Amino acid sequence: MNTWVYIDNFKGEALPASWEAISAAKSLGGSVTALVFGSGVEALAKTAFEYGADEVLLADDASLADYRVEAFASTLSKLAAERAPDVILLPTTTRGRELAGMAAIDLKTGVLVDVVALELDGDKVVATRPIYAGKLLQKTVCNATPQIITLRGRVFPKPEAVAGRSGTLTKVEAAAGDVPTTVEGYAETEGGVSLTDAGVIVSGGRGVSNNPDLTPPDGMSDEEAEVWRAQQGFALVGDLAGVLGAAVGASRAAVDAGYIPYSHQVGQTGKVVSPDLYIAAGISGAIQHLAGMRNSKIIVAINKDPDAPIFKVARFGVVGDLFQIVPALTEAFKAKLGK
Amino acid sequence: MKIVVCVKQVPDSAATVVAENGQVSWGDAPLVINPWDEYAVEAALKTKEAHDGTVTVVSMGGENAKEALKHALAMGCNDAILISDPALEAVDTQGTAQVLAAAIKKIGEVDMAFFGRQAIDGDAGITPVQTARVLGWPALTLAATIDVEGDTVKVERSIEEGRQTVSAKLPAVFSLVKDYGEPRYPSFMGIRKASRAEIPVWSLADLGIEAPAAVVEWPQIINPPKKDVTCEIVEGGSPKEIAEALVDKILAEKVL
Repeated sequence: MNTWVYIDNFKGEALPASWEAISAAKSLGGSVTALVFGSGVEALAKTAFEYGADEVLLADDASLADYRVEAFASTLSKLAAERAPDVILLPTTTRGRELAGMAAIDLKTGVLVDVVALELDGDKVVATRPIYAGKLLQKTVCNATPQIITLRGRVFPKPEAVAGRSGTLTKVEAAAGDVPTTVEGYAETEGGVSLTDAGVIVSGGRGVSNNPDLTPPDGMSDEEAEVWRAQQGFALVGDLAGVLGAAVGASRAAVDAGYIPYSHQVGQTGKVVSPDLYIAAGISGAIQHLAGMRNSKIIVAINKDPDAPIFKVARFGVVGDLFQIVPALTEAFKAKLGK
Repeated sequence: MKIVVCVKQVPDSAATVVAENGQVSWGDAPLVINPWDEYAVEAALKTKEAHDGTVTVVSMGGENAKEALKHALAMGCNDAILISDPALEAVDTQGTAQVLAAAIKKIGEVDMAFFGRQAIDGDAGITPVQTARVLGWPALTLAATIDVEGDTVKVERSIEEGRQTVSAKLPAVFSLVKDYGEPRYPSFMGIRKASRAEIPVWSLADLGIEAPAAVVEWPQIINPPKKDVTCEIVEGGSPKEIAEALVDKILAEKVL
């Protein structure tokens, strides 16, 4: 088995799911080749060796400075057509998913997207992937080569880095071609932990706007006052997240009500997450939300309604007022974690 | 401006979906237009209104996919086309991209093709880029804003690291995210018009293509293993007591 692993990077910084893909590749047996594409990204090749790659194909070229899917897909497809790997693994990041999709068209093969388990049946990979936001699992195979597979983050173990481990570095040409798009710029979100990479997530729902002890500033309409209340509530959620180094999540109801931007939404039409610890405050647990977070290792629910469905998936629950419990939790974690 | 928007009919997101004898079953839950596709329809309509054009909504599926098309018509699309063919029963995303690209070519002189970011049933989210690749058009995916000026378009894409601004020449493929803005509700007049609409059905022969070979198969669909959790309710005399007890229990799980 000759498996390639695409190392997804943004401005030379690898996304962690890329390294996890190396351990998934190792589990298939055979050799592991990491693909490092970009401009000024040679340092990533060294890291790839340390995480276990036997070989690195490095396309380091100014034409790959900004990720543009067309340029990266052409480079990947040309390499794969020449060197015929059996399997290409990519992390299911925004870039990994799209690169896989385009390269599959070029190479007349298929993609198994967002896979959570791999097994081998001869030289064919049988992949398990969640569908319907995880309400079901699909076992799926690709009957052409290379078998292109994207892997969900935080599912496969991150390999141990061995300092000084090295391998064969092969420099290859970029094949960007005429790229039809121009990157004009970025507005990066400052700070904050990304939901999909987060080990801990603290989420708020509709309930964060219900603090009766708050008096909104004069002159607000009812709707403005509701959002204002919710923002005070999310500040408490944010404080707890801060102490835990956690990402802040939200239910669809909270996003739809305008309490917090959509990028925080967890659920079937938001992000599907699987942190080690998920704390849900003021979230009742609609089926769409549960679909997005039920694979979290430990779920903690805080809700004033003892019959809320969220308690059915929670390991620990508190039936009570989140406006008292959440700040108390923040203080208790601060004390116990010595912060 | 000639615009196409591609939509899919899916089980409602609130449906309880289970595997029964290896088949997907959603009980008597309603089938609806894929929620992500409503944003695509909204973007298509806004663009049409700003640049004086027409919107054709296209879906691939069985007869029941006409409901999704009618929803889009009721929102304000000009016309609808259903692509239906028994040979598409087990089609994969690669095949879907071939078929949609053929339909877009047959419609002809299309400037913009809109998609939702993914369908909430298969969750693959690669049909937009794959269709773009088949057409040889730029893929401007996960767009939160779309600005058209002449034959140039500029979008803000929502990616892991924040927003990326990308420009390209038309024609192009777009996929939309929720940040674009809430989709409109169908109007009463729109619903009346849609209910009377005769929707043409195109077969693969109409598109002039052979059935695409399915590369990806899914021999097995299973229910996820039941997670046996019993919720332990943490109680105490005060929020402080409850919080301290809860923190001890969480720390004992060694997840931090």
